[in-house]
Amino acid sequence: MSALLVGPRVQPSVSARATRRTSWLATFLLLLGAIYCLVPVLWVVMAATKSRSELFSTFTFLPGSGLWANVSELSAYRDGVYWLWMLNSGLYAGVGALLSAAVSAVSGYALAKYSFPGRGAIFTVILAGVLMPPITLAVPQYLLLAKVDLAGSYWSVLLPSVLSPYGIYLARVYAAAAVPDEVLEAARVDGARDLRLFLSIALPMMRPGLVTIFLFQFVAIWNNFLLPYVMLADDTTFPVTVGLYSLLQQGASKPALYTLVITGALLSIIPLIALFLGLQRYWRVDLLSGAVKS
Amino acid sequence: MQRRTALTALALIGSLTLAACSGGGTPAADGPVELTMWSWASLQKVADLWNADHPDIKVTVQEQGGGDELVTKVITAAKAGDGPDLVQAEYQMIPTLVSNDVLADITEQGGGAKDKFTENVWKQVTLDGAVYAIPQDTAPLAFYYREDVFTQLGLKVPTTWTEFADVARQLKQKDPKRALTTFSSNDAGLFAGLTQQAGATWWSASGDTWKIAIDAEASRKVATFWGDLVAEGVIDNQPMYTPAWNAALNDGTQVAWVSAVWAPGVLTTSAPDTKGKWRMAKLPQWTAGSSATGSWGGSATGITAKAAKNGHAKAAAEFATWLNTDPKAVAALVKEAGVYPAATAAQMSGALTTPEFFPNQPDFYQQVAELAKGTAAASWGPNVNVAYNTFKDAFGKAATEKSSFPVALKSVQDSTVADMKKSGFKIEG
Repeated sequence: MSALLVGPRVQPSVSARATRRTSWLATFLLLLGAIYCLVPVLWVVMAATKSRSELFSTFTFLPGSGLWANVSELSAYRDGVYWLWMLNSGLYAGVGALLSAAVSAVSGYALAKYSFPGRGAIFTVILAGVLMPPITLAVPQYLLLAKVDLAGSYWSVLLPSVLSPYGIYLARVYAAAAVPDEVLEAARVDGARDLRLFLSIALPMMRPGLVTIFLFQFVAIWNNFLLPYVMLADDTTFPVTVGLYSLLQQGASKPALYTLVITGALLSIIPLIALFLGLQRYWRVDLLSGAVKS
Repeated sequence: MQRRTALTALALIGSLTLAACSGGGTPAADGPVELTMWSWASLQKVADLWNADHPDIKVTVQEQGGGDELVTKVITAAKAGDGPDLVQAEYQMIPTLVSNDVLADITEQGGGAKDKFTENVWKQVTLDGAVYAIPQDTAPLAFYYREDVFTQLGLKVPTTWTEFADVARQLKQKDPKRALTTFSSNDAGLFAGLTQQAGATWWSASGDTWKIAIDAEASRKVATFWGDLVAEGVIDNQPMYTPAWNAALNDGTQVAWVSAVWAPGVLTTSAPDTKGKWRMAKLPQWTAGSSATGSWGGSATGITAKAAKNGHAKAAAEFATWLNTDPKAVAALVKEAGVYPAATAAQMSGALTTPEFFPNQPDFYQQVAELAKGTAAASWGPNVNVAYNTFKDAFGKAATEKSSFPVALKSVQDSTVADMKKSGFKIEG
């Protein structure tokens, strides 16, 4: 936020020279970071194009000749079960992230804008939840859901993903900064009730924050392995992570399906990239265009 | 590997959280008995054969992927009273599953299958006299070598471990770029198999008292042997199953591999350019003329306590017995899952066809059947994972630093004993 506030005050004509001067050290470090992040991706892309015999015998970063063969072999594997896993992943991540963003929006807004007894305590518990790695919760969650006979169902993966302490925390911080009390008061004076306040006033202002929460949660659910692995038994309900894992661990006697797993991994990141590219414009919306002078 | 540690921790949390809770709904009395099976192999097609002939018992296979994670998952599910009726389990995990109340005692329902297997295989599915699973596949160790390189360099196929060491030295002398093989610390299963060949029994139980003999004479002999070869520099010390290892097998930097009967499958992926150049021979022996071997892997079909509780133990055991002993089932098992069957009759049957990767050895499986007869007994305890993890760390360090292997062996013994004491097992000595 502060960057957005400070930005326009700097005169473009004065700053042009200063910004054009390159900081070589910073550029170098950032380049190193970029290489560090991109090399594994490049590896996956290149490895996915290699046929079984090329995979370990040709130069690592040289493309192979088997991409289409790999994709069609993957699609044919057990009558296209891979695409079912992709659909499942889309369902878990899409529905889970939407519900999670909704829950985070309501709770974050309430925590930021209403003062009620226990608010501090609730927020502290949520903060503690942020620090707790979700991986440690998978087994207790499984035991609880098994008690109510939900383990193994789609709900068993969706429900634990809905409540995201990090999302609520982010929504609270965002609501506190992006929804000015003055606007809410003005609306109240005009006769808006609480629900209307939230839906018509606060929610649109919180949208960029909610998109962020949605994306974080989507990626987290899409990449989650342990929770669905513990929860699900039927291999037709697997998300793509667990499905690929079951491809990889088929016992020693069978030739490992590396090429299929690598191709599957490559295909499985395409929806994530598409989602980021599609939603990034919402991030740029300047919230503070309007409303109050600060 | 971090995830594995996390999972171990999780298994602990899981076991602490709930002792037991209500089981699932009891199935309807009419209609076929529905059984689910968890496996890492594609067995549904085999189960379909059963389903076609047995309208009263319907089996559904749910593929789960193998490894330690499956064990964690089965244990967690069992704690919640959930999970499958049948589960595929590696032999070394059976005591772990039994001590976590996952597997049911099926001595009565499945004990009749005993004479279909060799005594040493059957021992691996029994614990203190009770039967817990029906053996599915076995994995006797053998010596795999590059026939072309051996001929070209005039090397003799070793029949004893002394000859093995000599061949390693000769090869280093003739071509310093090559190594006979590597000592890998990333899978303790191979080392365990080699110690079985030497006569080791790592775990043994009498009554409720366990005896741990990892750091004993037989294993020490094996550890010293490999440690000396690594220290001498005549074999490599890098781990298996890495891209570098694949490349070394593919380009002939490593020309032999002590492995199990499933090696052709691995070589197909790891060393695709060497098809038809490998040959399998009997594992080198400690005493010339003998024919002992150990195992690396192999699994069995267990029946869960949940199935027993729901009154399905008999149906499940019936299916498990059929799956692993019926000629038609075993033939399908070989075809679909590529296993080397544990049932003695099946090993001699025509179901096993020469591995595609070994066209130069058409009698591959006849030879395996011959050497499988010498498979030594293996016995496992309830914390194999602890022993294996310590092995990885201790021997990994010893192999890299070329330090003492017997010292590493002792640390495996110590941590295994400490862990069992902590879990409340009575330990002898």
